[in-house]
Amino acid sequence: MNAYGAALSSGAGRECWLPTLQLAVQEVFSLMLGCDLALPQEPVPEGGLDVTAMVGLAGQLCGILTTRCSAASAASMASRMLGIDADQAGAQMWDAVGEVCNMVAGNFKNKISGLGDNCMLSVPTVITGGDYSLHPMVNAEISTVLLFDGQPIIFSLEVHG
Amino acid sequence: MNNIRALIVDDSSVMRKIVERSLRQAGLGIAQIYEAGNGAEALASLADNPVDLILCDINMPVMDGLEFVKQLSAMESAKGTPVVMITTEGSEGHVVQALSAGARGYIRKPFTPDQVKEHVLPVLAGKP
Repeated sequence: MNAYGAALSSGAGRECWLPTLQLAVQEVFSLMLGCDLALPQEPVPEGGLDVTAMVGLAGQLCGILTTRCSAASAASMASRMLGIDADQAGAQMWDAVGEVCNMVAGNFKNKISGLGDNCMLSVPTVITGGDYSLHPMVNAEISTVLLFDGQPIIFSLEVHG
Repeated sequence: MNNIRALIVDDSSVMRKIVERSLRQAGLGIAQIYEAGNGAEALASLADNPVDLILCDINMPVMDGLEFVKQLSAMESAKGTPVVMITTEGSEGHVVQALSAGARGYIRKPFTPDQVKEHVLPVLAGKP
């Protein structure tokens, strides 16, 4: 594992990377969707989060950043980004979630000192449906649940060894 | 500034629409918007549709934004057209790479319409 992965898995990374991830998410939603996300006050059910966007990271930090939300939240994201009604979002909702995930990944890595130039991002991939299992070779993970229009969205960074 | 023709290059159709809306909100007098999903599509579009301004993502399939800017400089009919990169790749190294390749400006995602205006106006005015 490289230095970034080691820092994260040792626990030191969790302390500073989790708020950095949360800040990266908040900035994307504030600037691009015109809204703020809230931290849930109690555990939220994760059922029905059937849209998953993924952006790969390669270089000094190898891993994957995922965004999981409901189809309704995905449509709401497209609605806010495009200025259209959520019921008109159609397939653009997948594009919207992928782009949000992409911007969060980029914004996050640009906030970690020394990582911006040494970590490449993939183009986003979006999966719909919940009947799947993801098996990355993970050594460490940080994850945060935030509420968007009252509905949970999960952002996770899984770091490969 | 009026009658501006712009080409927006991004593999995300949602992002292309956001950039278009930001240009219109900036009051730039947009006459025509062309769209392309990657650098290769952008070069093909430019062969038929000359523009005054190009806004271009970096991470795209088929041909990325940096390669597009390099190939644009060899395209007789379109070289010199100002390019502003709009990308999540916001590190100093990427900015230097893009400007060295020939881009005239650089906007980091996420961005506000005001930031688009702030970066595009000087480029259209021919200022460095």
